Amino acid sequence: MKEEIIIAGFGGQGVMSMGQFLTYAGLKEGKEVTWFPSYGPEQRGGTANVSVVISDQPVDSPVIDEPTAFLALNKPSFNKFYSHVKESGNIFINSDLITNYAKRNDVVIHEITATQIAQHIGNERIAGMVLLGAFIEKTGILSKESLYSALKDVLGESKKHLIPMNKKAILEGIHVMQD
Amino acid sequence: MGKVLMKGNEVIGESAIQAGCKYFFGYPITPQSELVAYMAQRLPEVEGLFLQAESEVAAINMVYGASSAGVRVMTSSSSPGFSLKQEGISFLASAELPAVIVNIARGGPGLGNIQPSQSDYFQATKGGGHGDYNTPVLAPSSLQEIVELTDEAFRIADEYRTPVILLGDGMLGQMMEPVDFEVTKDNKEFQKDWATTGTVGDGPPKTITSLDLDDVRLEERNKQLQIKYKKIKATETKVECYLMDDAEVAVVAYGTVSRIVRSAIKRARDNGIKVGLIRPISLWPFPVEKIAYYSNKVKSIITVEMNAGQMVEDVRLAVEGKVPVTFYGRTGGVIPSINEVHEQILSMVNEVAK
Repeated sequence: MKEEIIIAGFGGQGVMSMGQFLTYAGLKEGKEVTWFPSYGPEQRGGTANVSVVISDQPVDSPVIDEPTAFLALNKPSFNKFYSHVKESGNIFINSDLITNYAKRNDVVIHEITATQIAQHIGNERIAGMVLLGAFIEKTGILSKESLYSALKDVLGESKKHLIPMNKKAILEGIHVMQD
Repeated sequence: MGKVLMKGNEVIGESAIQAGCKYFFGYPITPQSELVAYMAQRLPEVEGLFLQAESEVAAINMVYGASSAGVRVMTSSSSPGFSLKQEGISFLASAELPAVIVNIARGGPGLGNIQPSQSDYFQATKGGGHGDYNTPVLAPSSLQEIVELTDEAFRIADEYRTPVILLGDGMLGQMMEPVDFEVTKDNKEFQKDWATTGTVGDGPPKTITSLDLDDVRLEERNKQLQIKYKKIKATETKVECYLMDDAEVAVVAYGTVSRIVRSAIKRARDNGIKVGLIRPISLWPFPVEKIAYYSNKVKSIITVEMNAGQMVEDVRLAVEGKVPVTFYGRTGGVIPSINEVHEQILSMVNEVAK
């Protein structure tokens, strides 16, 4: 099993952390993982993206040209990678922020009202976590338990209080895919 | 401890500390600043010393001083800052002082940008500073290999009394992947009776200098350096060959780019193309023999680099015109995609079939 994932959005939407959650969760499951961030000046204000590979085999290229999964948090980022997604790949989009685009018929697009769901939980900044939940449910590449446990590793002691809210967002994402 | 997730820059720092490096003099520059930050935090914990110098030039000369006292010492920078260190590296080479110098290279020339690049290959492998000298250059392609090669860099530095360069790029420095520090390391102890630690009436005063105004004596020093370099070439060449046994064409690539090439090779192999990878791990000494050997077996070779074509010159020297050697590269911090490299392999195969 192998997933090549690109997560993209505005700087500040938690793109890098989302990638880290997946990477730590992958390591916990004994999988091979790489995490490669865009670290250019685009991080401030513009689009930020991270490439994560999760695989049963050692990972060659940490740079992805045809992602099997794409998590898009805003329109500019969506536009940047949309056409690159591999045939029959999964695209998870925050449909509260991304509308009016030309549909591709060779990929699976999951439109999720992530901002609304996140607002309902109590903080729109965790919209990305809803997409993460949807991603693991759809692909089955990671269990929700390992993703939960990765929250602790990445957020650390100082942000421990954010864990319950993030868990809730992941769970909501899972539910969206189950419905 | 098991496997941990860290950034490449941090892995270099931890590996250096585990190799017994207690002194670090540096100056921050993207994309290697995490290494400086890591050393600032970790070295006091192991009773070492971290010092942020006022400039790259100051840092490399502090390395000269610490190395003269016989300790394991490191400095690091990225391309523009690494250029500033060249005078100091020449001094270290001449004075035969061991040290490990890290270059997490970025797009150039000039200030360039902060994206990954391999455009410092010439500078790293051909001496870099003034005078007739070379420095061993090790180029890891994964974070796990950083652990091994940082340890090796310190070993080679002490074994031959020479500065050693660890060459990576922004991709290697910024990415994360699991690493295991519990691997076999070289625990060789080195007696540094040449170090200027003060005499207690146990012999004549020791001198460490790169200055010699007597031409005949300086020529003698040069001859000794060349003898040393010959020995390093004979014993310290490192190279990995991947799927080369039945290969009809070959790609030569090093560092992070070799991983993109590997993915492209797998794609080509899936389509029945017999292609393999020759990956120099030591860039100096360059794996001339291995490349010469395979140039008698394959029909064509392509070198893929993140620069305008630098290592390809060494590949051509090793191949000696026996087969065509072509080049593909991206510059300015652009990372070649798997698809691009795959296309290059296909067109090389088409060319061979003509």
